[in-house]
Amino acid sequence: MGMAQAGILFLIALVAVIASVKAHDMQFAVHMGLVALIALGAAVWRLRTMDVSGKRVPVRDRPDGYMDEVIRYGAVATVGWGVVGFLVGVFIAFQLAFPHLNLEPYFNFARLRPLHTSAVVFAFGGNALICTSFYVVQRTTGARLFGGGLPWFVFWGYQLFIVLAATGYLLGVTQSREYAEPEWYIDLWLTIVWVAYLVVFLGTIAKRKEPHIYVANWFYLAFIVTIAMLHVINNLAVPVSFLGSKSYSAFSGVQDALTQWWYGHNAVGFFLTAGFLGMMYYFIPKQAERPVYSYRLSIVHFWSLIFLYIWAGPHHLHYTALPDWAQTLGMVFSVMLWMPSWGGMINGLMTLSGAWDKLRTDPVIRMMVIAVAFYGMSTFEGPMMSIKAVNSLSHYTDWTIGHVHSGALGWVGMISFGAIYFLVPKLWFRPRLYSVRLVSWHFWLATIGIVLYAASMWVSGIMQGLMWREYNQEGFLVYSFVETVAAMHPYYIIRALGGTLYLAGGLIMAFNIYKTIRGDLRQETPIGAAVEPAE
Amino acid sequence: MATNKDGASNEPRGHGVEIDKVTGTETTGHEWDGIRELNNPLPQWWLYIFYGCTIFALVYVVLYPAIPLIKTGTDGLLGWHSRSAVARELTAVEQSRQAVMNQIRDTPLEEIRTNNELMQVAFRGGESAFKVNCVQCHGSGAEGGYGYPNLNDDAWIWGGTLEDIHTTLQHGVRYEQDDETRISEMPAFGRDGLLDSSQIEQVANYVRSLSGLEHDDALATEGAQIFADNCAVCHGENGQGQYMLGAPALNDQVWLYSPDLEQIESQVNNPKHGVMPAWSGRLDEVTIKQLALYVWSLGGGQNAEATASN
Repeated sequence: MGMAQAGILFLIALVAVIASVKAHDMQFAVHMGLVALIALGAAVWRLRTMDVSGKRVPVRDRPDGYMDEVIRYGAVATVGWGVVGFLVGVFIAFQLAFPHLNLEPYFNFARLRPLHTSAVVFAFGGNALICTSFYVVQRTTGARLFGGGLPWFVFWGYQLFIVLAATGYLLGVTQSREYAEPEWYIDLWLTIVWVAYLVVFLGTIAKRKEPHIYVANWFYLAFIVTIAMLHVINNLAVPVSFLGSKSYSAFSGVQDALTQWWYGHNAVGFFLTAGFLGMMYYFIPKQAERPVYSYRLSIVHFWSLIFLYIWAGPHHLHYTALPDWAQTLGMVFSVMLWMPSWGGMINGLMTLSGAWDKLRTDPVIRMMVIAVAFYGMSTFEGPMMSIKAVNSLSHYTDWTIGHVHSGALGWVGMISFGAIYFLVPKLWFRPRLYSVRLVSWHFWLATIGIVLYAASMWVSGIMQGLMWREYNQEGFLVYSFVETVAAMHPYYIIRALGGTLYLAGGLIMAFNIYKTIRGDLRQETPIGAAVEPAE
Repeated sequence: MATNKDGASNEPRGHGVEIDKVTGTETTGHEWDGIRELNNPLPQWWLYIFYGCTIFALVYVVLYPAIPLIKTGTDGLLGWHSRSAVARELTAVEQSRQAVMNQIRDTPLEEIRTNNELMQVAFRGGESAFKVNCVQCHGSGAEGGYGYPNLNDDAWIWGGTLEDIHTTLQHGVRYEQDDETRISEMPAFGRDGLLDSSQIEQVANYVRSLSGLEHDDALATEGAQIFADNCAVCHGENGQGQYMLGAPALNDQVWLYSPDLEQIESQVNNPKHGVMPAWSGRLDEVTIKQLALYVWSLGGGQNAEATASN
């Protein structure tokens, strides 16, 4: 087994070396060289760790048989990629305020922007989803992860995807599809990894020891299946050469735009909403130690969310070449989506009934609650912005950026932080986190950061939209584009400061997690101890 | 939805329906890793808003284009289309200013200038068009840049009267697609061997002396004759320039490229010939007139009689 694996890895390395030598462009050569190095390293590692005697007794890492080592790696990767993603975000926010920070050619805004979005969405969010889903599906099915070493393949395969995507952006590899920038060969690799992920998840559910499938797993499964479909269809393309990085989309014109936004919107819907709702449905009841508020609501809002979300993409193309009928459907499906989205918020918040006092003493639950609050806010804002009259003002402005970030920083970020704070002490068998007070610091830094970010982008976005359409009394447009850019300068600075606070919170988390993993415990008075005795 | 048919005994780790002590609500009897579910009904307000949104969607679908058919989609009862809506808005704006636009079209430039009311509109219109079409080269404050003339000062290359500016706007400068474009070409004195490099250095020093810039006196004195023989015919005896030939004045402090000695030498050696596009055909007649009036009024506009002496 080990021999065969090492052999395959050597073969991959060999093919990659040949591809690198024969490559038509520098980027492809670099990427294939990178693949060759990694495959070679993995092969050597495989040989060195091989059990030649065949007598070694396999160790199970927990008495209950759960496969947790891969989740530990995932938790660390989540924190690490999170900090990287926030850092790049802060840097490009400063680039927008101070264009001299564009360092040509590798670190200009155009290359760093997809690096930021991919790092936070796919590297941070993706690792958070993969590792929490592995944790949750085992606990709620009572079964060990399916597929032997397959979860490890998913983890390392996914990291390889991230590294190829990220280095590709800096080298200028992009197919110019928002949130789907990686080129064809990276897309193919992700498809393989993702199918393996689906197999692990479905296999684990299939061998479950519980009669019912818990709601968190419905959401995780919807996320995995839909992302597979979206990823494959949106990335259908014809490579110029199998030895080059460039490809051309299978779609053209407005069909291409619609395919892209069908993907882009549902990346938000199924990656950043459904997936993280799965996370919420496990970690909030666990942390609050309360039952989920309503089973019926979870069923109705799950199915309505899944059914409606997939049609809402055309609202990204209001007032474009997209036919009016498609724009209308995109808008009305978005409006109908409001309550199905809020079903998750209600279930999240109301699960705390009977445990609201924990908000005072437990910053982790506070983090999860504010995540749900931001989720509710941005899932109201989204349908509102999809209404054509609102969209005619908000489209192409920074309001959109503010909206996305109140969802991303507020919902996705905060619920992931909460899950990580819950997971790490359990995964490393620590009595508690290194410091609960640092969690409180993280909470406030992140929250103030989001408020600065969202508020400055609301103001600048609406101002920008109003300036674009302002007519003077003689009936002429008042502002040139560059004047609207100049007017946004102060808000860009405020936004960058908000991001800096958020990054600072992330660094505090990284420190706290590092100390917790090491096994340190900070001596501190529990929060709220003055009022009641510590637990 | 939840019944207690799945008794605790039938499920590996299940529990029967219980009453949650805190809220007094029934649970569904399911349990996963210690998580149970309450059997709460759907919140009424949630359900009714959901219905409301759905009804809004259905009504909207009937009123507006919505359902895809084979070749096109349904029209909707209101007959609204985004393209016709934009066209209507544009027409409305156009109509609201139609009268005054006609007036501008039919009034000579000089008369518009002296008519406060018309001039106000023309200025606003010119300003708006300038911000869209001209700032890319001339700058958002019309301050110009390297190779692009500043339009705020009173130094003009092709003349600064309303008519001059208007002609430049209509036909552009060295714009080959326009038959009436303003055209002139400074010879490449160095490249074509008309002057050698020491002569170029001398004449460049002389050119700097014309505007009182630091220069080598000896070289400049040599250069004076070269200037008179080669340059004065276009740039004028004193380097005052000539609008008719688009020859910039060399005796002022305004430089299209740069007053650096090296740059002047380079321009004599192998000159750059800037191009400005013709705007006739791209912008309508009235907008071009408005632009002429706007640029004229930026500060350096000349009166017709003043230029006769140039």
